[in-house]
Amino acid sequence: MILSLVTFLPLVVGLVLLFFKSDKFVKIAALLLAVAEFVLSLALLKNFDSTTASLQFVEKYDWIPQFGISYFIGLDGISLWLILLTTFLTPIIVLASWNAIDKKIKAFHAALFILQTAMLGAFVAIDSVLFFVFWELMLVPMFLLVGIWGGEKRIYAAYKFFIYTMVGSIFMLVAIITLMAMAKTQLGVMSASLLDFYKLQIPLQAQHLMFLAFALAFAIKVPIFPLHTWLPDAHVQAPTPGSVILAGVLLKLGTYGFIRFAIPLFPLAVEYFSIYFIILGVFGIIYGALVAMVQPDMKKLVAYSSVSHLGYCVLGIFALNTEGVTGSLYQMLNHGISTGALFLLVGMIYERTHSREIANYGGLAKVMPLFAIFFFITTLSSIAVPGTNGFVGEFLILLGAFKANKIAAALAATGMVLGAVYMLWMYKRIFFGLPGKLLTGHHELKDLNKREVMVLVPLMILIFVMGIFPNLFLDKTKASIEGFLKNNNQMQVSLNK
Amino acid sequence: MTDKFLIATMLLSPLIGFLINGLLVNYNNKSYLRSGIVATVAAAISFLAAATLFLKLLGVSAPEVVKAHFFEWINVGQFKANAAFVVDHISGIMILIITGVGTLIHLYSIGYMSHDEKPAKYFSYLNLFLFNMLILVLGDNLLLLFVGWEGVGLCSYLLIGFWFTDSEKAKAGMKAFVVNRIGDAGFILGLFLIFILFKTVEFEELAKLTYAPELGWGLLTFATMFLFIGATGKSAQIPLYVWLPDAMAGPTPVSALIHAATMVTAGVYMIVRLNFMFMATPNTMMLIATIGALTAVFAASIGLFQNDIKKILAYSTVSQLGYMFLGVGVGAFKAGMFHLMTHAFFKALMFLGAGSVIHGMHEEQDVRKMGGLSKKMPITYLTFLFGWLAIIGTPLFSGFFSKDEILWKTFASPMGSKFLWFLGVLGAALTAFYMTRLMALTFWGKSRVDKSVHVHESPIVMTLPLVILAVLSLIGGWVGIPEVIGHIFSIPNGWEHWLSKQVVDAAAHGSHLEEWLTMATSVILAGCSAYCAYFIYTKKADALEKLKNQYGKIYNIISNKYYIDELYQKTIVVPLVLLSKWFWSFVDVKIVDRTTYLLADIVRGAGSSLRLMVNGNVQQYALYIVAGMVAVLVVILTR
Amino acid sequence: MQDQKGAHTMLHVGLNHYLVLSGVLFSIGVLGVLLRKNALIILMSIELMLNAVNLSFVAFSKYAQNMDGQIMVFFVMTIAAAEAAVGLAIAVAVFKRFKEVNIAHFENLKG
Repeated sequence: MILSLVTFLPLVVGLVLLFFKSDKFVKIAALLLAVAEFVLSLALLKNFDSTTASLQFVEKYDWIPQFGISYFIGLDGISLWLILLTTFLTPIIVLASWNAIDKKIKAFHAALFILQTAMLGAFVAIDSVLFFVFWELMLVPMFLLVGIWGGEKRIYAAYKFFIYTMVGSIFMLVAIITLMAMAKTQLGVMSASLLDFYKLQIPLQAQHLMFLAFALAFAIKVPIFPLHTWLPDAHVQAPTPGSVILAGVLLKLGTYGFIRFAIPLFPLAVEYFSIYFIILGVFGIIYGALVAMVQPDMKKLVAYSSVSHLGYCVLGIFALNTEGVTGSLYQMLNHGISTGALFLLVGMIYERTHSREIANYGGLAKVMPLFAIFFFITTLSSIAVPGTNGFVGEFLILLGAFKANKIAAALAATGMVLGAVYMLWMYKRIFFGLPGKLLTGHHELKDLNKREVMVLVPLMILIFVMGIFPNLFLDKTKASIEGFLKNNNQMQVSLNK
Repeated sequence: MTDKFLIATMLLSPLIGFLINGLLVNYNNKSYLRSGIVATVAAAISFLAAATLFLKLLGVSAPEVVKAHFFEWINVGQFKANAAFVVDHISGIMILIITGVGTLIHLYSIGYMSHDEKPAKYFSYLNLFLFNMLILVLGDNLLLLFVGWEGVGLCSYLLIGFWFTDSEKAKAGMKAFVVNRIGDAGFILGLFLIFILFKTVEFEELAKLTYAPELGWGLLTFATMFLFIGATGKSAQIPLYVWLPDAMAGPTPVSALIHAATMVTAGVYMIVRLNFMFMATPNTMMLIATIGALTAVFAASIGLFQNDIKKILAYSTVSQLGYMFLGVGVGAFKAGMFHLMTHAFFKALMFLGAGSVIHGMHEEQDVRKMGGLSKKMPITYLTFLFGWLAIIGTPLFSGFFSKDEILWKTFASPMGSKFLWFLGVLGAALTAFYMTRLMALTFWGKSRVDKSVHVHESPIVMTLPLVILAVLSLIGGWVGIPEVIGHIFSIPNGWEHWLSKQVVDAAAHGSHLEEWLTMATSVILAGCSAYCAYFIYTKKADALEKLKNQYGKIYNIISNKYYIDELYQKTIVVPLVLLSKWFWSFVDVKIVDRTTYLLADIVRGAGSSLRLMVNGNVQQYALYIVAGMVAVLVVILTR
Repeated sequence: MQDQKGAHTMLHVGLNHYLVLSGVLFSIGVLGVLLRKNALIILMSIELMLNAVNLSFVAFSKYAQNMDGQIMVFFVMTIAAAEAAVGLAIAVAVFKRFKEVNIAHFENLKG
């Protein structure tokens, strides 16, 4: 019951909030409820059994029994942290949008909470059709977030985001239906449950096609080069809360999808295609970093850095060993935290100056020292300095990749250097040197206020805790990842015979 | 006191100092005394703990190592790395140098930073550096070493760019970090290879294994080679040395601590730590020795004509680091470590002395505007003199013993060669020249100081560390007096003995006569070279001008540092930025994004042409129906 | 088919005749719908098509000795009546509004 509660509480909250009049009340209620939701999700962590790879908190009810579609949700070590990341980021986002969102406040919070349910649902769904429903449900509130509260070209960006994702999902839907039909012929009953899909014997040709169908949907979401161009537009136009949630959680649905669906379902196709994904991952790391380096706009720079960071995730997943997949999962959390924080920080300075042009800044460290410190810590996490969370993830991914393919790992290691280049260069141009164009006009530029510090401090703490005590987090995932890989290897072996 | 407590104290004391100065003190606070005392006390406590631990290792029945396991850091799949620390005979020396010299420099900084705007920030960074450096040398596995390795790089970045309102200084910090990162990427690949080969990265486990010498180009050779790339970054060797001279943008005590005494020697420490592995890969060793020797000569030659007092010392540091690598590269790990220690003393001394000069001259760094300072700053002058005597290799001074040991081993070791020895001696001669030039221009001769500058001797907090370091520069070498001299006075070589538990050198073969001869050669050459410099720069300034005119081209090339920075800029930085711009404006916008537009246009075009069929005329719709029906009929009937 | 054998007295009207007639009527109806512009004529043409179908239903029913066709005809007639009522009502409403029933002038429903 608790898993359903966690999943649907935000939806209920979102809908109920629509009926209140006072904006102020809505904000406070939203914050309190988001915190309550986070506390509730901690119960999942507390009761989680880290010794087993099987699903926990399972709930299963018939939904459309004629087609074997059921309301089937569950949780394992892979989705656990992603769920907590989602519930953790939501109160932060609510607090961060306190002043940034100044119109249609009720609708904004409703969209935010509905989005939260959709994301949580996608992480817990074990039934493929249920997953698809949540997957598509995410689009609507996100579309609204960008389209209503976004920047100047928000409509364009919202459509681009929507259509891109839709194109991918159509192929995924076809593949899901095909799998359901296969279940009917092979298992006797139609079923949409992933656990039943795992049992199927899928011929090679079909594996290739269906893997590509799934992979397209997930690759767009991740996004993997060359399907990434919607991301900079969406990020730049989205309001700060939208960017945070997009970078923080939404993109992870793509990599999560690979781990949950594309790889375990089609082991032979994975064997065949993994090298291409490793190449795309490595290329994405370098390409994203290089393009980020020459961006004049802060938000765009961070958006392209996401392409680079997610390239690491893809690389780690397709290394297909414990180190790589664990690192990938960790990097997903890291990216949610550090890039989320970066977007928050960019949003905070944008609120003050209404400019995101890096060239307009300079010498900010003297004017806003506190802001500079927070930005620096986040930068450290983003460039994976040891002691921060970023290092653990990047290190494990590179180690896993090195085991799988030495050359790919060596090339990916250049991303370490390039990451330092683009982040530190941006940091230097914004914070160091003499006061820039913008600052000479804004004498009263104020340092962070208490609310903003409250937004950032939890993220900063997490950056260090995750960097210094990674085992606290990794222990929970161990059994599930081992199980995932064992399963995959066995299937490859048995099918190759 | 338990070992764990001592190690924890040593590590955490600077960290707590960092937190106090970093978090509790308001960043606008200008109380240099309070923050300085906090930081210095933190460093001193750390030094006391380090000394206690060191003494534990000294006794007759002393344990070989002192270990402390704190917690499991990363444990994924086969990979394990603990937060565990080891004090053994190698790291024992390192922690003494780091905390000892570190404490002195903290003390000195109280005086040096007394006029600064943000002393609390400065001292917090300095403490953080100590913490990271201790992690580097104490970590019981390669990954923990890497943590400290990157951590000190970070502190170096922060301290080089400490006066960040100057864009050039901020840029120097960034350059240091990025160039170090290139090395770090190499290091981490080496770490991966070692893990793949041996399934562990713990030093203790690795030391237990036996390594078959790998004569060709195997994985182990690549592993050590990659680690050495990391070392060239951190320890400023060719081709990654370019960041160190720029790093002089930081406060001078930082240059003394980080960029002379401790951080830059991390590469040497790492190689000594893994000496058993490097010994098994002769190809890498040959590369290390060659790079070391070349760097020693190359950097020394750049040092000849620099005019910034700190830049001269910076190139000197690069050159001296080259000696250390030459030493470890020929299998003389102990000699390399020895030089590391003596260099830490005399180079820290000289940097601090230079800082004292700069402080006394009110931020003037150009040696052409100094001269005759010996009378105005007597203590600084006298202590600097000790440093000078040590670095040019005057017998009895510490630098003599350590440098000579390296040169002799280069000559005699089977892994060394006469050519490398020749380069070493040449470098020593150059060193004597530029250091004497520095002395002559700064302290001797006539004063060229601007009239408006009132030179003053530095306060006692600054001169006290100078005196202590000067004494160490003299006697620091006496722990390792080579056997050939030692047996005359029956002084044992304690250094060799101390390290022999963890370090195995390549056996050197050579007679005592040869050793005396090589020693004499380098001393005489250095002496002549020093005298030349003295003569030219104090007596015959016009002779110098003549030479400059005669060899103008060569002089230009050298004084412009062989245009290496410009070369890197043109061949790496600019093309990379151009490539990135091309990626963005062409690949991203013109190709990838255009392609998606094209797909959208196809769909939209198809839609808009089909739209014309639906024009509202019902009869036309009916016609479509009929036509469709007829078509179906035709298909059915003609089958 | 048996009846065709006994075609010795006079021209025996067989199934084909009905069907041809039905086809001709249907085609006239189709052409009327396609070509005429007057809404009333179009409605009448539709009636013609419906009745052409009715004719073939009845013919089949007769020759197949099966009542299904005739039952179907009743349905068609009911539908036709309803359709005519609705159609005429619309036509009258349109006429009242625009004073004409030429459908070429009513293209506002296009997508």
